[in-house]
Amino acid sequence: MKVTVLLPGTLRASAEGASRLDVELPGPVTLGAVLDELDIRYPALGKRLRDERAVLRRYVNFYVDGEDCRRLGGPATALHEGTEVQIIPSVAGG
Amino acid sequence: MAHDVLLAIGTRKGLWLATSTNGRASWQLSGPHHPMTAVYALAIDTRRGLPRLYVDTSSEWFGPSFHTSDDMGTTWQEQQAIKFPEDTGAALTRVWQFAPGPADDPDVIYAGTEPSAVFRSTDGGKTFELLRGLWDHPHRENWGPGYGGQAAHSVLPHPADPRRLTIAMSTGGVYITEDGGDSWRPSNSGIRAEFMPEGEQMPEYGQCVHKIASHPSMPDRMFAQNHGGVYRSEDAGASWRYIADGLPSDFGFPMVVHPHRPEVIYAFPISREMRCPPGGNCQVYRSEDAGDSWTALSAGLPDAFWNAVMRDAMCTDGADPAGVYFGARNGEVYGSADDGEGWQLVAENLPDVLCVRAAVV
Repeated sequence: MKVTVLLPGTLRASAEGASRLDVELPGPVTLGAVLDELDIRYPALGKRLRDERAVLRRYVNFYVDGEDCRRLGGPATALHEGTEVQIIPSVAGG
Repeated sequence: MAHDVLLAIGTRKGLWLATSTNGRASWQLSGPHHPMTAVYALAIDTRRGLPRLYVDTSSEWFGPSFHTSDDMGTTWQEQQAIKFPEDTGAALTRVWQFAPGPADDPDVIYAGTEPSAVFRSTDGGKTFELLRGLWDHPHRENWGPGYGGQAAHSVLPHPADPRRLTIAMSTGGVYITEDGGDSWRPSNSGIRAEFMPEGEQMPEYGQCVHKIASHPSMPDRMFAQNHGGVYRSEDAGASWRYIADGLPSDFGFPMVVHPHRPEVIYAFPISREMRCPPGGNCQVYRSEDAGDSWTALSAGLPDAFWNAVMRDAMCTDGADPAGVYFGARNGEVYGSADDGEGWQLVAENLPDVLCVRAAVV
């Protein structure tokens, strides 16, 4: 199953400049499994998305086909062929 | 003799580097490096000759990262993350302290972290290992967070014995290991915990010691700026004696020892109530007799200074006469090129300053 991850500008330096990353994994696939794969490919990106317990960073939002993953199943959210995961920094930074 | 000096300034929104090539008469500022990250911990490690900068940057969005530079900040290398082992169930909030180890072992560097823990690297910072004896300490459940978070913010490696390490935590107080980190004991005898009820203010541990310092030539003599109280130990931390008589307030955050004169120390007293210098008088206090008496130093420092200086926002360089530096929460940084006698503004209008470190380079 192939899904696409869209990165904001502030994170692209941690993924060799990529703005979108295709991730292909044997299904069924969860958001957490995609983040595991990103962590293997780009550890500097992976740790900016989740801490070492694999907990999502509080002020990073993950939209799964436009829906906030925290309103779905969080990291356990099931993805489908062609799903777009858009990563957006949330409201922080005083 | 003119020295080239590097002054690194960690702020809440990035790192600035000031360099002086004319005996600290003037400074050139570069930055922000690592913008929009809070820099609580930095070190300028000169043990190899070529200075290496260690910097922890924490982003409100993306968490902590750890970077080094071997070219005075022109380029940075993001290093492998400092991580808590999986079985701890903990995650790194940030590094509060990088402490280079003994001079004869330049690959050893320590990191004091939030949550309270100490990590040791024996490969020049490529990898760090959690010192389990402190993490598994039975006192841990009783160490509480202060306003700034629950952190091991001070790490003093013994200059000659790699098995000995003294740390301070807020809260928790001073702890010492003599076996390389396997076992730790609290070492707070004589230090008051004023935030406890009367009758319970001298606990074995649980103090909020804001900073500890020592001189490498006299490692058994230590100084502490406590959350109320300034203290000296002459017995490697086994007991502490109050030395704040002569200061306008015994509250403050930093504690710094002169690089060449182990009896000379610097403090920046702030009022307990206002958390600013008493009366708004910006004064560094220096003792030349290990805290028995104190002298206010204010030549060149501003009036009506309603700001605090954080625990790591004061430092010295290794020059002779020594440079002394401090940064404040209003983004001003002051430096003295003569042991603190006279001061000049090094930088202003920066974000609030969290830490400074300086070295002859």
